[in-house]
Amino acid sequence: MNDSFDVIVVGGGHAGTEAAAAAARMGAKTLLLTHKLETVGEMSCNPAIGGLAKGHLVREIDALDGVMARAIDRGGIQFRMLNQSKGPAVRGPRAQADRKLYRQAVQDILRETENLTQWAAAVEDLILADDNRVIGVKTADGRSIGAGAVVLTTGTFLRGLIHLGEQTWPAGRIDEAPALGLSVTLERLALRLGRLKTGTPARLDGRTIDWAGLEMQPGDDPPQPFSFLTDRITTPQIACGITYTTDQTHQIIRDNIHRSPMYSGQIQSVGPRYCPSVEDKIVRFADKERHQVFLEPEGLDDPTVYPNGISTSLPAEVQDALIHSIPGLEQVVILRPGYAIEYDFVDPRELRPSLEVQKAPGLFLAGQINGTTGYEEAGAQGLVAGVNAALLASGADRDDAFVPDRADGYLGVMIDDLVTLGTQEPYRMFTSRAEYRLLLRADNADLRLTPMGMEAGVISNARAAAFVAKREALDEARARMQALTATPKELAAAGLHVNQDGVRRSALDLFSYQTVTWQTLNTLWPELMEIPPAVAEQLEIEGRYAGYLNRQTTDIAAYRKDEGLSLPDDLDYATVGSLSAEIRLKLTNARPATLGAAARIPGMTPAALTALLGHVKKMKKSAA
Amino acid sequence: MSRPETIFALATAPGRAGVAVIRISGPQAGAALQALCGKLPKPRQAARVRFCDPLGGQPLDDGLALWFPAPGSFTGEDVAELQGHGGKAVIDSLLSALCTLPGLRPAEPGEFTRRAFENGKLDLTQAEGLADLINAETEAQHRQALRQMDGALARLFDGWRSDLIRHLAHLEAFIDFPDEPIPDHLDQAVRAGISALAGAMSAHLADGHRGERIRDGLYIAVVGAPNAGKSSLVNALARREAAIVSAAAGTTRDVIEVHLDLGGYPVILADTAGLREAAEEVEAEGIRRALQRAENADLRLAVFDAGLAPGWDQTTLALIDDRTEVILNKTETTSLPEDLRIAGRRPHRISAAGGQGMAGLLAALTDRVRSLLETQGAPALTRQRHRVALEECVESLQRSLTAPDLELMAEDLRLAARALGRITGRVEVDDLLDVIFRDFCIGK
Repeated sequence: MNDSFDVIVVGGGHAGTEAAAAAARMGAKTLLLTHKLETVGEMSCNPAIGGLAKGHLVREIDALDGVMARAIDRGGIQFRMLNQSKGPAVRGPRAQADRKLYRQAVQDILRETENLTQWAAAVEDLILADDNRVIGVKTADGRSIGAGAVVLTTGTFLRGLIHLGEQTWPAGRIDEAPALGLSVTLERLALRLGRLKTGTPARLDGRTIDWAGLEMQPGDDPPQPFSFLTDRITTPQIACGITYTTDQTHQIIRDNIHRSPMYSGQIQSVGPRYCPSVEDKIVRFADKERHQVFLEPEGLDDPTVYPNGISTSLPAEVQDALIHSIPGLEQVVILRPGYAIEYDFVDPRELRPSLEVQKAPGLFLAGQINGTTGYEEAGAQGLVAGVNAALLASGADRDDAFVPDRADGYLGVMIDDLVTLGTQEPYRMFTSRAEYRLLLRADNADLRLTPMGMEAGVISNARAAAFVAKREALDEARARMQALTATPKELAAAGLHVNQDGVRRSALDLFSYQTVTWQTLNTLWPELMEIPPAVAEQLEIEGRYAGYLNRQTTDIAAYRKDEGLSLPDDLDYATVGSLSAEIRLKLTNARPATLGAAARIPGMTPAALTALLGHVKKMKKSAA
Repeated sequence: MSRPETIFALATAPGRAGVAVIRISGPQAGAALQALCGKLPKPRQAARVRFCDPLGGQPLDDGLALWFPAPGSFTGEDVAELQGHGGKAVIDSLLSALCTLPGLRPAEPGEFTRRAFENGKLDLTQAEGLADLINAETEAQHRQALRQMDGALARLFDGWRSDLIRHLAHLEAFIDFPDEPIPDHLDQAVRAGISALAGAMSAHLADGHRGERIRDGLYIAVVGAPNAGKSSLVNALARREAAIVSAAAGTTRDVIEVHLDLGGYPVILADTAGLREAAEEVEAEGIRRALQRAENADLRLAVFDAGLAPGWDQTTLALIDDRTEVILNKTETTSLPEDLRIAGRRPHRISAAGGQGMAGLLAALTDRVRSLLETQGAPALTRQRHRVALEECVESLQRSLTAPDLELMAEDLRLAARALGRITGRVEVDDLLDVIFRDFCIGK
């Protein structure tokens, strides 16, 4: 070995940067290896962070002291809190990014991170010990580097194949080489690989767009930051444009549909249903008269515009025609065409909930390689993988891995879905995936996760101190509101009519009445005006959701009970009697970590779970 | 945590047993016992009592009552036991009476064991019944509940399920995709739909379950290639000529059902058309029905012709799973090795025509039926459980209509879906996503 590190992270995208930074924050001597150091933190698809559920993930990354939220707060040029008119549980922050500023912010944060080294190198292979343990990596320039644990975050680079009309060529991103050697290595480890597809639209020169006639969408004023540590956004803000496809656009696509690799049969793999190409939209929703196109500037001093909503892999000349048929884009100069990319992913059921590969101890996978899509999904996995890689390298027991569950956060929902159920299409987070949605809010991500992070050791002292102060302020204000009570008569005198049952109600209880606002409470108890706004908001949400949250708390207790029955990870399902072939295969593929997870696998039968439990009991008895 | 509800269930297997035991567990157990018998017996001593309807006062049954105050009971909670006569009518009337008492509801499968486990009354290595603990929430459990219904009722519930999924999915789309052009009046449409759904369910609850038929008995489908001897087997088990038996392949074209008493347990045995490439339309329809019955059956008997070894019929092989017994018929015509396996199973060797092996098969089937019935629970209880789940569903639907925010409306609909899912099979996130991406063009 030429060098040695505790943790090596391969890949400098959103998963890789979070993994490297998290491992380093844990105190592990960490190395980040990537093809090009200049593209670390690159947004290879749309220039935006967050959205519904995705914004929740970014807040969770931040609660664990990750990079993404702080970087978008520096690089964001249009911030919007989505669903502002709906309740707090389903509000999600979203921001357009200046790609250069964002990338710069990520690189700055990594440079300032202690224990972290970054080298430009292509990784050709993993170094395995005899027992399949991963003990290092080999680079294309012939170096062998040792490691206690390796995190692979290769995105779409695994046997990436770009499709543009009838043309195809191997690539990772446009103009970047794919990673071919690693796919072979993963196959050697006998990991199940699948193939997915994603696409990206053309890029336009904003100076040639006729903005005058377009609908403009400004950001929120003032912009709300992502990070719990950011006070306010100082980057200048811009607006995005909105335009629509036309009859003519649809006709051009219909006339050329046979030239789309999706429809000609050239692409066989599955793309995401929630991010269809424009040709998909026209074919599947033939009666829709027009489709929205968001014109998103990629930077303050960068004329590039990302036309969100018309991702396509039609031939370049067809793209040219269809784009020019859209109002505002009649004269636009196309900087480069859109394309589709197919890539390998590893069936995530090969992973433990810590994101370590079951068959290759010491190897962790995060991001698109696990079948997900999106910067936020990738970043959240990267962070969890980075923490666990550092724990493993430090000699910690696997039972003490850092595994947030479905009631802790969206990152727990995502990881449990992936490792238990696998995925058929690129996995994206939605709030509908979370059964405890009212609890898993963007506003309380720190209250849910920062204490867990502090226990694991991934939170910096500065953040820990800020968090503890916030929690104390919250506890103190909550206690104060519980102590302030009034009788129905007193409330009626203040203009608030509740049941005349003689029961005293606390200031906090009153939030369960829809008409009650802070103003009402401040009239009754002027001393409440001292409560700082952030704390006040949190208490109002708690009070409003109280009835529903109590029920979810009961559900969570039941869920965690079933998660307490763990299944040994060396369980040989072939030796478990009376399982049908189908169920045996499902269990072998998923290797559920707990009996609760096994029960979540579709098609599981009570008889099979009984057999499984009986077998495990026998194993434990004979081991005793 | 909130105070636990009081639950009850039939503790003995439904059938023709002389005595039926109903167990009640939870804080209201004592009150329930008092309401039914007029008194609380001395702890842990059997008392002869008359059970009376708590509302009308009319006598229901004579029997024994036992009272185990917490924590010295099976579950660690207050437990009452009613021992009555085993007849179906008596059991039904006792269970219905319990349903009318405040704070009582029918137990979910495995709920007693779960409570015992949670109160430290069982440990992992000790509790054989712990498997029940995990049974309750599995998909198969729900399929089983559906199998107990007759076709029209199952279709009604399934229809409600897809309606509810659609409404919830549309609301979820509204929440999850704020930048997409989803029609503004969508929540109005959803409200109207929910209101109609709640109305239909309430009407069903109010009409006293007319037409709600839960089968009293297990459904067993006999499947196999033509001429493997399925009808002979059915006749041998039924001890009468129920199915037309002839040596010409493809005789049984439809499904013939025989009601049987198997070792005291009620069973419906279905003789199905032989599985093969159909020569004509009528037979093809028979085969389609055969496969459907096989899919819905509680238990399957896969019959193979020993004379055809080892060229087993592929269609029948594919049906073998956890709930299949493999049967090798016509063993008198050929001698096969002792350790012969079919799809990894050791087959029951019989000669349906000659009667060899039938006693052994009958004993094995009786065992299997008993254990299945014990997990499935009494039909009367299934009815009560459906009623409770449906009432909970309606309540959540109605609450959703007055919810102040969309996400709270969605939360109530999720609870409604969960309640309905206890009857019809769990509503998964993918069910919702399928509807969202089918009905809306999402794709910013």
